[in-house]
Amino acid sequence: MPARIAVSEQVAAVWQTATVAEIRRETPRAATFRLAVPGWAGHLPGQHLMLRLTAPDGYTAQRHYSIASAPDDSGHIELTLDHVPDGEVSGWFHTVARPGDTVEVRGPLSGFFAWPGDRPALLLGAGSGIVPLMSMVRHHRRLGLTVPLRMLVSARSPEELIYAAELGAETTAVFTRSAPPGVPVGRMAAAHVAPLLAGSPAGGWEAYVCGSNGFAEHASRLLVAAGQPVDRIRIERFG
Amino acid sequence: MNVTRGFTGRPRVHNPGLPPGQYDAGEDWPVLSAEVTPDLAPADWSFRIDGLVERPHTWDWDAAHALPASAYDGDIHCVTGWSKFGVRFGGVSLDAFFDVVRPRASATHVLARSHTGYTAGLPLADVTGGRAWIAWEYDGRPLPAEHGGPARLLVPHLYFWKSAKWIAGLTLLDHDEPGFWERNGYHERGNPWQEQRYSGD
Repeated sequence: MPARIAVSEQVAAVWQTATVAEIRRETPRAATFRLAVPGWAGHLPGQHLMLRLTAPDGYTAQRHYSIASAPDDSGHIELTLDHVPDGEVSGWFHTVARPGDTVEVRGPLSGFFAWPGDRPALLLGAGSGIVPLMSMVRHHRRLGLTVPLRMLVSARSPEELIYAAELGAETTAVFTRSAPPGVPVGRMAAAHVAPLLAGSPAGGWEAYVCGSNGFAEHASRLLVAAGQPVDRIRIERFG
Repeated sequence: MNVTRGFTGRPRVHNPGLPPGQYDAGEDWPVLSAEVTPDLAPADWSFRIDGLVERPHTWDWDAAHALPASAYDGDIHCVTGWSKFGVRFGGVSLDAFFDVVRPRASATHVLARSHTGYTAGLPLADVTGGRAWIAWEYDGRPLPAEHGGPARLLVPHLYFWKSAKWIAGLTLLDHDEPGFWERNGYHERGNPWQEQRYSGD
């Protein structure tokens, strides 16, 4: 399996208060929550955090969420959450949360799915699996990196493609239910992956796959079939 | 206590089987491996115990299945927050393997390794005394590949990242050797009841 990427783990054990600063709608189902976390020690693109909500009787619910924003010095991080049907935590975010509310976070966590921006990156995502990949794309742009980066994302429809307005020439979108005129509808396939591997940069790609388990299994098999080494595929599965 | 405005959570009854910070995943069994699911046939599977043992030994699929069958009926808990109740795994108790290799008195820990290169570090006491299995059946059927089939380590009293999928072997050591997630900031032991998720918990 791929090696981990060295990251600081000093802050992982500390719960910090995060204040909702801004809420932006992305798609009918997804919204971005910008959080002010004054003690945030920074993160690498691709890392996630643990988030905790507490009820008046002391009951807590905690979930892992990928960080959507690129590392910066603003004291803020952004999470993009799907409104999961009956979602205990995402439901609170989508129906109750407003600027000024506080939640608790700890992290950043895991150096496995992180991308420091050092090696060519091939990003495959589906649905909200685009979130940690977008942190990488934003990092790449923000620092003006020249290391190759390509992203292949799958969404049900153009309306459900998160960050659609922000995607550029680095991204190819695949639509599974409905597509713009002239764009075929279908699942991510070998024909999408093969050209990216045929055009591998020197030293090859570091591949990052994020999405549901079904998508992760499918996409990682496409990569292997196209010649990507298994020890250079990192997977983040949304259970 | 940092109460979240407007958050009440799901209706809940006290469940004494649910460790702190966990939720009941119900019928779901999320898949949480960070690597490509390997194409590993039972005929290509093997399991080796070496390190601080009297007789290092390697079992193939048939030899492992010739050991006395042993099942686990109970619960499992993942560090990402879900717990799954009333699961049934079939396989062989690790004790049966240890009876063959005979751990040396100096052995205190094991490093589990998978056929894909994944590792997990555990105290020897956590995988002996009927507390750990090599499991190849789930709910009476062959363990699916995405859940570690053909065979995985099963240490159900610890967070599930210790239960290495596609188990290839154990090396007995006289010290704690951090495995993949332990080097990645996770707790060295991972007891769900003490909520030992990350290093420092």
